[in-house]
Amino acid sequence: MAIQRADIEKLSFLARIDITEDTLAATADGINRVLGLIDQLRAADTAGIAPLAHPLDATQRLREDAVSETVDREALQAIAPAVEAGLYLVPKVIE
Amino acid sequence: MHDLTLAEMCHGLARREFSSSELTRHLLARCAATNPVYNAFITLDDAGALTQAAAADARLAAGDAPLLCGVPIAHKDIFCTRGLRTSCGSRMLDNFVAPYDATVVERLAAAGVVSLGKTNMDEFAMGSSNETSYYGPVKNPWALDCVPGGSSGGSAAAVAARLVPGATATDTGGSIRQPAALCGVTGLKPTYGRVSRWGMIAFASSLDQAGPMARSAEDVALLLQAMAGFDERDSTCLDRPVPDYRAALDQPLDGLRIGVPAEYFGAGLNPGTEQAVREALSELERQGARLVDIRLPHSDLAVPAYYVIAPAEASANLSRFDGVRYGHRCDNPKDLRDLFMRSRAEGFGAEVQRRILIGTYCLSAGYYDAYYNKAQQVRALIRQDFLDAFAQVDLILGPTCPNPAFAFGAKGGDPVAMYLEDIYTIAANLAGLPALSMPCGLVDGKPVGVQIIGNYFDEARMLNAAHRFQQATDWHRRAPPEVAA
Repeated sequence: MAIQRADIEKLSFLARIDITEDTLAATADGINRVLGLIDQLRAADTAGIAPLAHPLDATQRLREDAVSETVDREALQAIAPAVEAGLYLVPKVIE
Repeated sequence: MHDLTLAEMCHGLARREFSSSELTRHLLARCAATNPVYNAFITLDDAGALTQAAAADARLAAGDAPLLCGVPIAHKDIFCTRGLRTSCGSRMLDNFVAPYDATVVERLAAAGVVSLGKTNMDEFAMGSSNETSYYGPVKNPWALDCVPGGSSGGSAAAVAARLVPGATATDTGGSIRQPAALCGVTGLKPTYGRVSRWGMIAFASSLDQAGPMARSAEDVALLLQAMAGFDERDSTCLDRPVPDYRAALDQPLDGLRIGVPAEYFGAGLNPGTEQAVREALSELERQGARLVDIRLPHSDLAVPAYYVIAPAEASANLSRFDGVRYGHRCDNPKDLRDLFMRSRAEGFGAEVQRRILIGTYCLSAGYYDAYYNKAQQVRALIRQDFLDAFAQVDLILGPTCPNPAFAFGAKGGDPVAMYLEDIYTIAANLAGLPALSMPCGLVDGKPVGVQIIGNYFDEARMLNAAHRFQQATDWHRRAPPEVAA
């Protein structure tokens, strides 16, 4: 099933990537080619096979719930596009 | 001096035949002179390198020098470096200066290396040709009209052109091995979890692994020794002892069982590449290895499974680039949604956008089972193929890539044509196995690589076989004609 214009518009919003009218057709074409490749998976017999999440079946380690390092807020905010009084600035959300 | 291997440089530095400052200045001058041609570096750090070299010289003089003290290398621009831009080949991070060092950077610094700068790469490591870099493609030193491979094309080209004796790189679907093959250098993707991913910008977290590139297996062993080991800051890093990789290099190969998978020698393999790989197999056989025909029956599903899993994980990982906390922000956003959508549209190139959209699609409501879950099941089948094979053999050998380096633009129209260049490398990532590529011949004057896939944590045995091969052959010593001249 090929991706249509409406699908691209929906994906564009879900992925928060603006797709302009002039690149929409090329974007759809590229995605459809890749989906054609991916569709080869359908032929694989995977009945009863457990999905593999970690190649060595490792699980998450646990650690003590204790402070291990502190964050230097000034250093982290020095690379932000816009900050004020220790806060990140974005356009007004509530009118 | 630039023609010395990394091991030879270590030796020369330790014996005070030359200083790290002399060596660093010499290589920095070569980098500056050639970067307009090869474009191997995104950022050169002359001042930082010379400071590190002076410190290394002081330690060498004081006699308390660590193993790699004073040796210049380069880092792929995917590893965060405190105070030095880390762009990941993207406009999104063109202005990003990390406030910390990646574990790999930290460990190599502790081993004494001098970092000359950050190497060029496909944007967010998504590509097999370096053509997706925001900073323009790297040129293959063996043929300037051809790609160096990707995504670690800058690291491979810098090593091939004798700008550095070794470099760091990362491999999600072949990004160390494919450029190593196309540029005629040796590169190793370790077992998943062998090297810390902390501070390495994430692409597909269940596949990404850092590793070294250099000219010889011995040099790769030296770099891996410094890079490998447990790191509690990476939740998927495994707590296993790190063997002495160099100690095993010279072991004889008598009785080594090498699996030759029929699926890696089928249609689509360049006849010249096949001949070179078969000659490499014969050389190992002459040294006492036994060749065993094996099957990896689900090989043809590796590329399709990868193009679900990698984009799905990428779509989640790259959601952090929102134009709020760091990275590119569009001008005059009219509201928050506009800020997100335009910052990401402007910051990401076409291939990165495509993969995020595909990943978003595969993970969206109603499609998860058909795509992501199915791909993870296929991944289990692919791993089982390898487990079955390693019950019979010690190593698996085949070509790294189907073809030598292709011309710029050759795969331009169709993303799938580009993806299929990684047909032999992707399975090792899906299974989490270590794999290396080393040069084994020239086809039309361009290098081709042989791939060695090992069992989990069996890097020492892989490096042993590679080293023995390199002791009997000189492919790894060949330099691109312009560099040798």
